[in-house]
Amino acid sequence: MSLITARRRRRAAGYAVIVLGLLTAGVAYATVTGQPGTAAAATPSSASPKQIAEGASLFSVTCASCHGMNAQGTSQGPSLIGVGAAAVDFQVSTGRMPAKEISAEMPRKPPVFDTAQTHAIAAYIASLGGGPAIPSAAEVSPIGADMALGQSLFITDCAQCHNFSGAGGALTYGKYAPALTHSTPTQIYEAMLTGPEAMPVFNDTTITPAQKRDIIAYITTVRSEANPGGFSLGRIGPVTEGLVAFLGGIGSLVFASIWITLKRREHT
Amino acid sequence: MSNSKGLGGVGVFLDDRTRGAAPARRFMRKIFPDHWSFLLGEIALYSFIILILTGIFLTLFFQPSMTDVVYHGVYHPLDGVRMSEAYASTLNISFDVRGGLLLRQIHHWAALLFVGAIMVHMLRVFFTGAYRKPREFNWIIGIAIFTISIFEGLFGYSLPDDLLSGTGLRITQGVLQSVPIVGTYLSFFLFGGQFPGHVIIPRLYIIHVLIIPGLLLALISAHLFLMFHQKHTQMPGKGRTETNVVGAPMYPYFMAKTGAFFFFVFAVVALLSTFAQINPIWLFGPYNPSGITAGSQPDFYMGALEGALRIMPNWVSNVGGYTIAWNVIIPAFVPLGIIFGGAALWPFLERWITGDHREHHINDRPRNAPTRTGIGMAAVAFYGVLWLEGANDVIAAQLHIPLYTLTWIARVSVFLAPAVAYWVTKRICLGLQRKDTHLLEHGVETGIIRQLPSGEFIEVTRPVSEEVRAVLESRTGLPQLPAPAPGEPGEGVPAPSERGAMGKLRVRLNRVLTEGIPVPTGNGHGNGHAELREGEPAAVPSGADHGRELEAGSPDEEERPSGH
Ligand code: HEC
Ligand code: HEC
Ligand code: HEM
Repeated sequence: MSLITARRRRRAAGYAVIVLGLLTAGVAYATVTGQPGTAAAATPSSASPKQIAEGASLFSVTCASCHGMNAQGTSQGPSLIGVGAAAVDFQVSTGRMPAKEISAEMPRKPPVFDTAQTHAIAAYIASLGGGPAIPSAAEVSPIGADMALGQSLFITDCAQCHNFSGAGGALTYGKYAPALTHSTPTQIYEAMLTGPEAMPVFNDTTITPAQKRDIIAYITTVRSEANPGGFSLGRIGPVTEGLVAFLGGIGSLVFASIWITLKRREHT
Repeated sequence: MSNSKGLGGVGVFLDDRTRGAAPARRFMRKIFPDHWSFLLGEIALYSFIILILTGIFLTLFFQPSMTDVVYHGVYHPLDGVRMSEAYASTLNISFDVRGGLLLRQIHHWAALLFVGAIMVHMLRVFFTGAYRKPREFNWIIGIAIFTISIFEGLFGYSLPDDLLSGTGLRITQGVLQSVPIVGTYLSFFLFGGQFPGHVIIPRLYIIHVLIIPGLLLALISAHLFLMFHQKHTQMPGKGRTETNVVGAPMYPYFMAKTGAFFFFVFAVVALLSTFAQINPIWLFGPYNPSGITAGSQPDFYMGALEGALRIMPNWVSNVGGYTIAWNVIIPAFVPLGIIFGGAALWPFLERWITGDHREHHINDRPRNAPTRTGIGMAAVAFYGVLWLEGANDVIAAQLHIPLYTLTWIARVSVFLAPAVAYWVTKRICLGLQRKDTHLLEHGVETGIIRQLPSGEFIEVTRPVSEEVRAVLESRTGLPQLPAPAPGEPGEGVPAPSERGAMGKLRVRLNRVLTEGIPVPTGNGHGNGHAELREGEPAAVPSGADHGRELEAGSPDEEERPSGH
């Protein structure tokens, strides 16, 4: 009898350890992922000739091998004339450019250049042929935006590629829509404005600047919402739920039933 | 035991009025075989109880209405969003009702466990041959329960009227519309007009909380009653015969175990629901017919259907002004038709092929029916490929495999994987049979090497224990039809059952189905079934001679009344 209780107590201790472990992991997870990306880059008010010159020299060193000495394009990379400062800022601040190797899609990486250098290159490209400018901090600010409208715009215009919670999703031919977990409001705005790679351009008539702010507000709010139901399981829909139900649920119950019938054999 | 008199008094009081003592005693003495796989069905049963209890709680707060409301609740990212009352009330259950989110999550996790447990339970029954006579009817009831549960889950999933549930309904509508000629009418009938309309949620609600639970309750009761009446099957072993059941009696052993097992099931569901978020409808947003999201998947039990739709080439034809949407009809009805229809017909098909009309209460070890086990694994592989393909976009995104590559892999493997699974499984089974034969004939290798006086080295073997021997000897092989007349076709008159194309087919299938390694003879288990003919009663089943070994009246054994 006492043996059984001792054994039970050990099992109870085992459960307590598991519960504790899960709790700690949960808290750690929430702490790590709870921070929304809010750092909006300062915008250049106007480009000085000095800045453009600095940008041109950075460009010729790091970008010209693919995009050509005058950004006219080569077999390695497209022409950048007319893509605008916003496109450069998006590509360089998300670390996509300078590209390392040509793949189905350039992945997000830690940026190579700091904000000032990025803006210098952007100013240089803008000086070659205009194009959309880098939005100001006020233009991308989620404060006071209409989140309800942002929700329905996000679901109709973005979720089919980026998933309902911005967790990302697969596209055809090895391309994918990346997760929006780390995009800053400026980058989100620029992505809509310039439509990188497989993403369509959402110009100001399709989605007005005010609506762009609504979408930004929705994305940045929801991604920083805690998960009231426990671990998020990746926020990618029912697939992970089914996996957990089978591996965690059915799996542990099969172990339980093996254990419960084993006991009996020991007794007899 | 001080209160036994009091309890006894209550018992007498009840028995005098209900005459329930005798049936209750029979119930208490019911024997449950001690094998883990016999508890799989119980996972389903207990999940069902949890579903009913939590479902009743949800009905207290859920509003099955598609009336438009503007949300101004606790979940601020949706503040000011227009939505149906159904969706708003589910948000309220999740964020305002005390314990509401936990109960919603319990309901949903229990739903996944329920259907998952039914699946593994059915696999157990199939692979051990427990569906054989006299249990074919209960097997069919099981398939009905499985089918209905899938619909129950689909309709429950559709109730909250979020983006994913609406997407699921949209697909359901597409499938209905694909039915030739009457499709459009069916769709208008179910949705009360154009999709999505305003009546679908209230209708699904009644089906989900009343009609299907009632049906399930009736079918599960019938299932359990039949199981009880026919008694459990058992795995082969020492002292287990076709006329007894060896295991633990209902009271007190099994009662304690199954009670504990209920708490296990409940604990697993509760832990999952506490720590793992499921169906976060607030992230999906309300259903919006113009919206669609990456990662639109149904719950796992619909995954194979989804996968079938995703691999289907886009074939459409037009006959006399009617569009026939092969791209929907085929995936919606053919794969699951094969699985469910095949499962329902299999016991009868197998009986026809083997000519085996005996009752079976001792299960087959899966290896002892290699062809059946192979066919089962082929079905698992077929279903599994479709299932995985249902998650193709998630797999593509997570594993960085191009989406179309995945589709093509699935298109090929949906045909290839079952064939490979069949072949590999059968080889493994035959290998295991060979190993069993070796064990029986040569005993267990002990690892002790002896040198004979002649200088020769031999490994000492020890005969297998009686328990193991009983298990190994349970392999009798499936009944074989008589061998076709040898040589010249003119010689001998074939049995009536072998004449004609059907007869020939039957003999050929019989050869495939009964393939196996011969059981070592000389132990009273010769293949006495070789001459079995259709309609003939079978010889004494295997293992019957062990029955006497247990003392009569042992608490762990129960007589199986003849005729059951
Ligand atoms: C290894 C070659 C390579 C290097 C180096 C490189 N790029 Fe690119 N870049 C590409 C390619 C290829 C594309 C086209 C990507 C696509 O659209 O899929 C591209 C696209 C771009 C775009 C987007 C054009 C558009 O139409 O929106 C911008 C902006 C850009 N690059 C800027 C830069 C800058 C600035 C640098 C230097 C810091 C740089 N790139 C370095 C290869 C390169
Ligand atoms: C057709 C699919 C598609 C749609 C629709 C779409 N995107 Fe994208 N999006 C992409 C792809 C592909 C990329 C990656 C581009 C790259 O790597 O250069 C991307 C990149 C982004 C990024 C950059 C992510 C990062 O790495 O920081 C943001 C932000 C973004 N999208 C926001 C949006 C928003 C907001 C909408 C809706 C208004 C939207 N997207 C609609 C496909 C799409
Ligand atoms: C038998 C009695 C049952 C009742 C009274 C009941 C009741 C309900 C109610 C009211 C809802 C909607 C509320 C909500 O989601 O928050 C619901 C949802 C659901 N039900 Fe049931 N149900 C029962 C059985 C079942 C069964 C047997 C299954 C599984 C096969 C099931 C699966 C579901 C699912 C998957 C949902 C969606 C849950 C979610 O959105 O999180 N229910 N049920």
